[in-house]
Amino acid sequence: MRGEKRIYERDVIIETISRLLIPFIQLFALYVIIHGAGGPGGGFQGGVIFASSFVLYLVVFGLAAAGKRFPEGANTALMSTGVYLYAGVGLLCILVTLGAAEYLNYGYIPLTHMFEENRALGMDLVEIGIGITVMAVITEIFFNLVWKKEEEGGKEE
Amino acid sequence: MIVPIDLALLTLIVIIALVAITVKDLLSAIMLLSAYSFLMAMVWVEMHSVDVGFTEAAVGAGATTAFLIAALARTVRWEKG
Repeated sequence: MRGEKRIYERDVIIETISRLLIPFIQLFALYVIIHGAGGPGGGFQGGVIFASSFVLYLVVFGLAAAGKRFPEGANTALMSTGVYLYAGVGLLCILVTLGAAEYLNYGYIPLTHMFEENRALGMDLVEIGIGITVMAVITEIFFNLVWKKEEEGGKEE
Repeated sequence: MIVPIDLALLTLIVIIALVAITVKDLLSAIMLLSAYSFLMAMVWVEMHSVDVGFTEAAVGAGATTAFLIAALARTVRWEKG
C-alpha cells in the first residue's frame, strides 16, 4: 500500500492500549455474532464491531501497517465470501430436499440428526456470512476514505 | 420504562440536536451527533429494545463518527456564513 511516511507522531500509550484492546474487541464481535440467534446482537452488529477494531488499528498505526494486516485483495474476497455463504446456505436447503423446503429453511440441512439443531446451526452460518460481508464493506469504506487523503500528500491543517 | 429518566434523556437529545445544527465548527457537530447517537441508544435500551440500542451504539456512535471524521479530513473544518 501507499503512504509509507506517517503524518503524525507515534504515541506509546495509545499504541499499547490499542494493542491490548483490539483482540478483546474482536473476541466480543465474535461473541455477538454467535450469540445473535438467542439474544441481542447478530451478524450486522458483530460485523460492525469487528470492522471498528480495524478502524482503531488504522487510526493508531497508520495506513501502511493496516494495509499489511488487512490487504485489499483479501478484503474484496471477503466481501463476496459472506454473500456466497449466505446464499449458499439458503440454496442448500432447496438442493438437499430437492425443492421441498423453502429458501433459507435451515432445518432441512442434514448437519445433525435433530431438526432444531440443524436450524440453530444454519442460523449461525447465515449470521457468520452477514458478519463477514459487513466487516469487509465497512472496513473498505473507511480505508478508501483515508487512503485517498494520504495519496494526495497527507496535508493536515 | 422510568418516566423521569426518559424525560431527562429526551430533553438532552433535543438540546444536543439543536446545538448540532447551529454550531459552525463541523468537528464539534460530528462529536455532538456521536453524543446524540449514544443518548439515543440509551433511550432504546431504556425502552426495553436492546437490539435496536445495540445497533445504534455500534453503528451510530462508532462507525458513523469515524466515517464523518474521515470525510471531514477531506474538506474544511469551519462552516461558512
